[in-house]
Amino acid sequence: MEALYAITTGILTASGVYLTLRGRTFPVVVGLTLLSYAVNLFLFSMGGLTTHGAALVGTSEHYADPLPQALVLTAIVIGFAMTAFAIILAMRSRGDLGSDSVDGSRTDREDPRENKA
Amino acid sequence: MQHLPILPVLLPLVVAIVLLRKREGVDPVRRTISITATSVLVIVSALLVGQVAGGDTLVYRLGNWQAPYGIVLVADRLSAMMVLLTALLALGSVIHASGGEDNQGSNFHGLFNLQLMGINGAFLTGDLFNLFVFFEVLLLASYALLMHGGGKARVQSGLHYVVLNLAGSSLFLIALGVLYGSIGTLNMADMAERVSQLPADRQGLVRAGALLLLVVFGLKSAILPLYFWLPRAYSSAPAPIAALFAIMTKVGIYAIFRVFTLIFGEQAAGLSLLAQPWLWWGGLATLALAMVAILAARDLRMQISYFMLISIGTLLCGLGMEGTASRGAMLFYMLHTTLINGGLFLLADLIADQRGKVGTRIVRSRKFKYATLLSALYMLGAMASAGLPPLSGAVAKAWLMSTATLSEGLWLWPLLLLSGLAGVVAASRAGSTIFWRHSNGERVGEHLSRAKLIGTVVLLSAAPLLVVLAGPVGNYTQATAEQIANTVEYRSAVLGEVTSVTPGASTHAD
Repeated sequence: MEALYAITTGILTASGVYLTLRGRTFPVVVGLTLLSYAVNLFLFSMGGLTTHGAALVGTSEHYADPLPQALVLTAIVIGFAMTAFAIILAMRSRGDLGSDSVDGSRTDREDPRENKA
Repeated sequence: MQHLPILPVLLPLVVAIVLLRKREGVDPVRRTISITATSVLVIVSALLVGQVAGGDTLVYRLGNWQAPYGIVLVADRLSAMMVLLTALLALGSVIHASGGEDNQGSNFHGLFNLQLMGINGAFLTGDLFNLFVFFEVLLLASYALLMHGGGKARVQSGLHYVVLNLAGSSLFLIALGVLYGSIGTLNMADMAERVSQLPADRQGLVRAGALLLLVVFGLKSAILPLYFWLPRAYSSAPAPIAALFAIMTKVGIYAIFRVFTLIFGEQAAGLSLLAQPWLWWGGLATLALAMVAILAARDLRMQISYFMLISIGTLLCGLGMEGTASRGAMLFYMLHTTLINGGLFLLADLIADQRGKVGTRIVRSRKFKYATLLSALYMLGAMASAGLPPLSGAVAKAWLMSTATLSEGLWLWPLLLLSGLAGVVAASRAGSTIFWRHSNGERVGEHLSRAKLIGTVVLLSAAPLLVVLAGPVGNYTQATAEQIANTVEYRSAVLGEVTSVTPGASTHAD
């Protein structure tokens, strides 16, 4: 299970980093989202993976570490809000700058406004 | 009095909720509430400083949970000083903003208070994950404030700022995961305790986590390879926000200082002082590059942003140097540079108001009103920033240089003095162009907003005041540095008696 978990997290991180480094805002936002998924998975596993164990101390000998679950919940909520904000911002910059390039350059070949001009 | 440490977090939160209820427009009532709240914050933080000045460390247990399990707020000399500095800076900014800048977009005062809550929380918390949460609070507010009023330049630099900080937040969480997985706690005092007795096979992981944290804090504080977002973001932000942002980079510096002295300081076996060389060389490189860049700046706000980067380089050098004496000098320099840089951003806005379309670009313009007053203020701020006597910059820099050992001085003295020279050259060129080179014609310019002027003067008055009060303030920062160096005090305040091994949630270890 550990290997599968680690590989999944690794692939998500790699895809996230690749997409974040792209030049358009849409892939960048998707990349950041993937990155936050990977981070959440990683955080969840940081207390070690436990199967068939409730996060309750005292009910049985075998229990999962409850702290990562609490932390990952916080991280998910924050990450979700941030992603929503990034999407709105990307749309706003597309509208204001007339280009979906991250540095706002208008020399973009696929920019429809350029074709009109 | 028992609840004093949480008031700097709670007060802005309550005020923000009240102020956010109505979205559009700014009326005198809301301005009054906002200015009054910030003034109360100054008083509260001054009381806090008074409480801890004697050397006590106040610990506030949220929900009265015991330390390694519950979240604690810790107010020692350093935290209290930073909270007071934030409140003073915020007071100047919010008075300036009431001069009309807050009317350019919606929700200014509410977001401003949320940002204050995040900053104060980051300074006061004693838990690393809680530090992350407060970082996010202050970042979310800053995203919105940075784009207050809109405009192409703000959206463009705002996008970079947001994407970079989102990536930074991911790194922060990865670092926290690595550290929790290998140390087994996120309470800073408890971490310090456990790192000092870390088994050798865990040291690699902890080192990786610690250096990841350094990258995250370095991004916030704008250390050399991670500073490229700063000049554009700060120079396009609305003036009161740019002024408040002067403390945001110091949040990064504070976090580096706290984490890398308390947790990975001298007592951390095998991992002691692992950030020191990075901070020292990174600080010197930042200083050198900012020095070149300030000469190339063609806009007053851009120039002030580079003044800020010079100060960040200096602060990082102060952190990278050996001995507690240099920390004391570094903290004094931090007080000086935060207030003066904030004041300069506000002043740039006053100048832009008078010059019309030319704004803050360093080019010939038409004659404008109040040039004498504004130029005098500019000279005061620029002299203090560049470190010319008799103002506060000179005192701070001279103190910092005097604490350098011979081998450190060989690098620090020339770079610090040259950066001062570059600052003088850049500022005198900008000042003479803006205030003296005019095309013919009538004087232009609007009426000088009294609120804006008061806000600016409040912050710039730090330059002479810090010289007059250099004795007591210097003693305080020196005492702060000594308190930070003695980590046992902090740990025993948070955890009760410092034991060799604390029992805790380390079930993952089996």
